[in-house]
Amino acid sequence: MGYLSITDADREEMLAAIGVSTVDELFEQVPPGVRFDRELDVPQALGEAELVRHIEELASRNVHTGAELSFLGAGIYDHYVPSVVDVVLSRGEFLTAYTPYQPEMSQGVLQAIFEYQTVICELTGMDVSNASGYDGATVAADAVFVAKHAVPDRAKVVLAETVNPQVRQVVKTYAPGFGLEVVEVAHTNGVTDPDRIAEVAGDAAAVLIQQPNFLGALEPGPDLVEAANGAGALPIVHVDPISLGVLESPGAYGAAIAIGEGQGAGNWPSYGGPHYGFLAARSDYIRRMPGRIVGETVDADGRRAFVLTLQTREQHIRREKATSNITTNQTLLALAGLATLSWLGPQGLREVGETCLALAQYARERISLELAFDAPAFKEIAFRTPRPAREVIRRAREHGVHPGYALGRDYEGMDDILLVAVTEKRTVEDVDRLADVLEEVCR
Amino acid sequence: MSAVEPGRAWPDAPLVFERSRPGRRAGRPPRTDLPVPEIPEALARSSPPRLPELSEPELVRHFTALADRTFGVDTGFYPLGSCTMKHNPRVHERLAGLPGFRDLHPHQEDESAQGALELMWRLQEMLAEIAGLPAVTLQPAAGSQGELTGLMLMRAYFADRGEERDTIITADTAHGTNPASVTMAGYKLERVETDARGNLDLDDLRGKVNERTAGLMLTNPSTLGLFDEGIEEVAKIFHDAGALLYYDGANLNAVVGISRPGDMGFDIVHYNLHKTFSQPHGGGGPGGGPVAVRDRIAPFLPVPRVVRDGDAFRLDHDHPKTIGRVRGFAGPFGVFVRSYAFMRAYGPALRETSEVAVLNANYVLARLKDVYELPYDRLCMHEFVLSARNLKRQHGITALDVAKRLMDYGIHPPTIYFPLVVPEALMIEPTETEPKERLDDFVDAMRRIAEEAESSPETLKEAPRARPVRRLDEVRAAKHPVVRYDFGERQRAEAKA
Amino acid sequence: MAAAESYPEDLRYHPDHDWARIDGEEATLGITWFAQDSLGELVHFEPAEVGATIAKDAAAGEVESVKAVSDVIAPLSGEVVEVNQKAVEAPEIVNEDPYGEGWLMRIRISDPSEADSLMDAAGYRAHVESQ
Repeated sequence: MGYLSITDADREEMLAAIGVSTVDELFEQVPPGVRFDRELDVPQALGEAELVRHIEELASRNVHTGAELSFLGAGIYDHYVPSVVDVVLSRGEFLTAYTPYQPEMSQGVLQAIFEYQTVICELTGMDVSNASGYDGATVAADAVFVAKHAVPDRAKVVLAETVNPQVRQVVKTYAPGFGLEVVEVAHTNGVTDPDRIAEVAGDAAAVLIQQPNFLGALEPGPDLVEAANGAGALPIVHVDPISLGVLESPGAYGAAIAIGEGQGAGNWPSYGGPHYGFLAARSDYIRRMPGRIVGETVDADGRRAFVLTLQTREQHIRREKATSNITTNQTLLALAGLATLSWLGPQGLREVGETCLALAQYARERISLELAFDAPAFKEIAFRTPRPAREVIRRAREHGVHPGYALGRDYEGMDDILLVAVTEKRTVEDVDRLADVLEEVCR
Repeated sequence: MSAVEPGRAWPDAPLVFERSRPGRRAGRPPRTDLPVPEIPEALARSSPPRLPELSEPELVRHFTALADRTFGVDTGFYPLGSCTMKHNPRVHERLAGLPGFRDLHPHQEDESAQGALELMWRLQEMLAEIAGLPAVTLQPAAGSQGELTGLMLMRAYFADRGEERDTIITADTAHGTNPASVTMAGYKLERVETDARGNLDLDDLRGKVNERTAGLMLTNPSTLGLFDEGIEEVAKIFHDAGALLYYDGANLNAVVGISRPGDMGFDIVHYNLHKTFSQPHGGGGPGGGPVAVRDRIAPFLPVPRVVRDGDAFRLDHDHPKTIGRVRGFAGPFGVFVRSYAFMRAYGPALRETSEVAVLNANYVLARLKDVYELPYDRLCMHEFVLSARNLKRQHGITALDVAKRLMDYGIHPPTIYFPLVVPEALMIEPTETEPKERLDDFVDAMRRIAEEAESSPETLKEAPRARPVRRLDEVRAAKHPVVRYDFGERQRAEAKA
Repeated sequence: MAAAESYPEDLRYHPDHDWARIDGEEATLGITWFAQDSLGELVHFEPAEVGATIAKDAAAGEVESVKAVSDVIAPLSGEVVEVNQKAVEAPEIVNEDPYGEGWLMRIRISDPSEADSLMDAAGYRAHVESQ
């Protein structure tokens, strides 16, 4: 049955060794008042072939990015996932190991995480990275928790409104437990004004901005970070890993903490997860970092080796004073990210970035809709639509094209703005087709 | 069962940066002839990231070498207590990789994601049945996040009722995540003791529960692997004080279909999909931490919620009392595919997974308790704790030494030094998917190690000898943290050469 | 290289395994042999700041080994006048010489009567044996 190995003969031998006659006797410690005495009301068991058939049927009722020409982005992107990722995901050792508490058994995972940490530090210009967080939204809450302890006399955090709405929502869910007030700064023509940040950051522990922002625009990153630093608040910058071959690293312009959603670098969309959040910081904050950190050391023979380090930050030792409660993280997905970024290399990452920039520019020119904002873009452009964006999407999908994301889902007054995302998987012909369909449905 | 001979050769494993050569590359992404617009100089990358530069053959060899140096459940017995390292069915990888799931964008319109939404809804239904609680959220990304979500739900519930409660009670045997979550939720922590039988000390508990108590966080069976025989009275104490009970689902593998946390009196339950419901552990993650609650707590659940309207399924954001969002989208969907498939493969016979888990654990316990100390002389549930204190007293051999020597027998050590109430603790959880021969191998190895403790303790102190590395200098790693590759070092070495 | 077990006669001891050497209006504070032995080799010492007020029985800093972290509990109340930088830079000195070079901080005592409730060496030794 299922994946059990036990036979009747095994059962008999084992019960005899224990000194009981039935399996039920083993459960006598469960008081009768809390016993569940009927059968679980769940569907009957399926053998593997029927199981596959049932689940394939469920999968067939989803319109995925292969089934329509898709320009959906807004935080999750259809970048190319190379086949080398399969080497990581399908090796049973990586797939079925757990947290490397016993380093001698897990040198492979530990070394891979060390390499991942290095890659994230390289991309973000930071000194220390953890082994991953849950996703791009929860790492924002993690980063705010670091700031709260780094700037303990301040009880506020400032969020730019142009930060991904889901990221801001998660921060707002965690903030009351942290004892922090949340203040948001509205956008000015699609970007954030450093003066508006300076106005409100004087009593903030942290300022969170996103680059490129959720509206697709390039923020004045260095100016915003300077405004935060000038006000004594920690600048936290949420970045797109795929952009970091062409965009400056946050570390280079004074950020304290860099975070982001890793999905675009190595994970499929998978209806929202699992993916990996990344979090990297300047060395000042190493002891306050949440999550696992792998360090290099030597073994008894002087061989280089890797081990979980600074574990006294973590829940299993520091308990109620831990830097976070995180235990299980997103290691496997982060290693897929490592494989992808290694496959790209610095040249490949730059090329992906350039292709995104070029296609986005082409889309701006080719699509006959008005631009919603003036700011330069990376891979997403916001267009003004003559009728509600949701309706444009519905009509365009009838032509087999998903044109993008309706910003009105998150922002008041933006019901007529459509966010179109391009990636290196889209072509000039794809954008031409999008432009034609949009022209048709926006008539 | 004999130990692996030391001296087996493990090839070196260079870092991916050490395999790099300037100008090498594996991937060539698509390019266009379109002109690339200039980025404003202040925003443009000034120096490229030093990502690895290697060809595909070297990249494949690199990850293969690392996999070779890693031990998973696929490799052998992995009895890590409270982690439920059961077999991860291979068909799940195929299912999670179906294009209809893998390539489905989470912002896709609900009517074009009906298969995914239906899978989530059905998973919720089954989880609700197992917990005995009606309302479920799939959103939390892992058990710890489920815990934090549960505590935030408590806070919202009491705030809604205008009650000021500021304290959460946890057991002294609690997993460290419990107190860590309590702090992140802004609550104060109170600890209750465990009695000699391994149950919560009811007298100690009665003295600590009052009108400021928000609730209890408890895992049952506990981290000692023992079912709390007084759980009904525990629930009464808290409910009489108007407080809530939170169930840490880390040990649910002991009681699926046998006892439901909702029936035990718990009001909020989190599940660990990567423990009880077979999501592979992935070297540290991903996991999934869904939460189930009583109806009166349902209004506060995170949004969006997966709901059914007749034959259609959708994401529902309209819950004004929600605590908000705890993670992106509706949760880690790929994890749901695997857990759903796992549950559909067993049907009502899911109960057998717990029966065999408990049988396997008791069998190993029965065959080891004459050789190691057993702190609580009771039948266990799906896991149990032994103490190596007798070996320490008699031969100076610690739980750590036992763990390291097990590696030489090709077995992953159990959890050690936890729970804190047991000195030289060894927490052993075989799980239900292990065949009897693997259990016998483990017993044999543990008995041999106890003999070696007496006859040749230096063998244990020198262990492991059969892994790629020997014991590590963890003090050095903590005092002088080196947490990324030092490119400068390599340049300096090259300059010298 | 840890020291041999000892509990000097001239010190006063707190049940949470900290000691005080009283010297007129000031006292030198540290952790005992038992404490450093339980923790293992120290890798980090996070002191209270100079000028800070510390309270008897409350935390006045932290010491960490690889596998554990422990509050340094103040045996007496007072104002921190000096922190042992050597213990900050090379915390293993606390294992090697917990009562000498491994001292942690000096305070100006605010309430001399508090010393009466501390244990002498014999009393502390008995306390350790019961652990």
